[in-house]
Amino acid sequence: MSIRHGLLALLERGSRYGYQLRAEFEESTGGTWPLNVGQVYTTLGRLERDGLVRGMPESDGGQRPYEITDAGRAELALWFATPLSQADRPRDELAIKLALAITTPGVDVRAVVQTQRSATMRSLQEFTKLKQAGGELPWLLVLEAMIFQCEAESRWLDHCESALVRHRPTVTPVTQHIDERVTADERA
Amino acid sequence: MSVLELRGVSRTHGSGANVVQALHNVSLRVSPGELIAVMGPSGSGKSTLLNLAGGLDAADAGSVHVDGHDLSRMSRKELARIRRTSVGYVFQNLNLIPSLTAAENITLPLELDGVSLRKARPLALNALSEVDLDGFADRFPDEMSGGQQQRVAIARALIAQRRLVLADEPTGALDSATGEAVLRLLRTKVDEGAAGVLVTHEARHAAWADRVIFLRDGSIVDSSGPLPSADSLLTARA
Repeated sequence: MSIRHGLLALLERGSRYGYQLRAEFEESTGGTWPLNVGQVYTTLGRLERDGLVRGMPESDGGQRPYEITDAGRAELALWFATPLSQADRPRDELAIKLALAITTPGVDVRAVVQTQRSATMRSLQEFTKLKQAGGELPWLLVLEAMIFQCEAESRWLDHCESALVRHRPTVTPVTQHIDERVTADERA
Repeated sequence: MSVLELRGVSRTHGSGANVVQALHNVSLRVSPGELIAVMGPSGSGKSTLLNLAGGLDAADAGSVHVDGHDLSRMSRKELARIRRTSVGYVFQNLNLIPSLTAAENITLPLELDGVSLRKARPLALNALSEVDLDGFADRFPDEMSGGQQQRVAIARALIAQRRLVLADEPTGALDSATGEAVLRLLRTKVDEGAAGVLVTHEARHAAWADRVIFLRDGSIVDSSGPLPSADSLLTARA
């Protein structure tokens, strides 16, 4: 998700100041995505440049509210209607780390798996405690998403562990040295 | 003092070529108000640990203590008494009595504790409500689905005041919302002062516990404690 779509969604509720947007953005994500007000105003500037929001006259207190434009509403509707593609999401560092751990000499891969599983479990315990404390539906759904992600990661780590137990490394042929290949090519 | 303590417990099943070391030198303490989750692959020793903790099986080596009593030094009669008065079981096999209604099944442990039926029935109705079974009090087990029977068994296990609650995959046949209600019930029981051990293969259920231990091949390989140092992950390099 981009901050710009988050701000457009909040402005769809009505006009807002930058500080209000920051507070409501953090509230709707349960504080899991903290923003500074500078990010909010930079994003509002770009949205205004693209014609998606419009700056309104300053209030007596010198604050300038923003409102969403029709083009902004169309952009927001398109965002809600478009599914996220896996390619849009950040690469999974954990999967890459484990893949490298398996191929790096001297790394105790099962210990890496176990350490991660304990850490994932601790996060899961923290999220579950927050869920037990209750809250508004949007926040509970964000929490549930994090719980499901931890759960999926934990199951995947279980799978990695059993795959490691069954794994019999194949003997990799020694890679031919580049110089030897060049010589062979020259000979051909 | 711990409600449950395992000291260097080992248990072997089978004999000769078929011998399986179900648990190897396992030590564990569970205090009042503490819920421990036990995770691990099939055959890692989870259920063996629970059976030993509940006095349903005996260790080959080491000792199991419930409320300070060494179970291996108890007579069969004493063991039966401690199982009935101190331990609540939520096991996969439901063991509901078919000739008793849901409410009667639930009030049974209370009646054994000397609570009158007049006082026990409202408690049973409340327990049924907590597992989302309002209106099922007078149904017999064969008039209920597997999931509903499981919830009755859970209500029965958790209704009496027991020092130690042992749960083996208690949410197995339940949908996620009802499963969560069961965990909430178990958590409440523990928060009221019981010690709890929950065996589960589901991480999201284990997360309701204060501490999670992982078993592999009969040994504790880790518990949800502090992160190890970076060096310990590179042991094979040395």
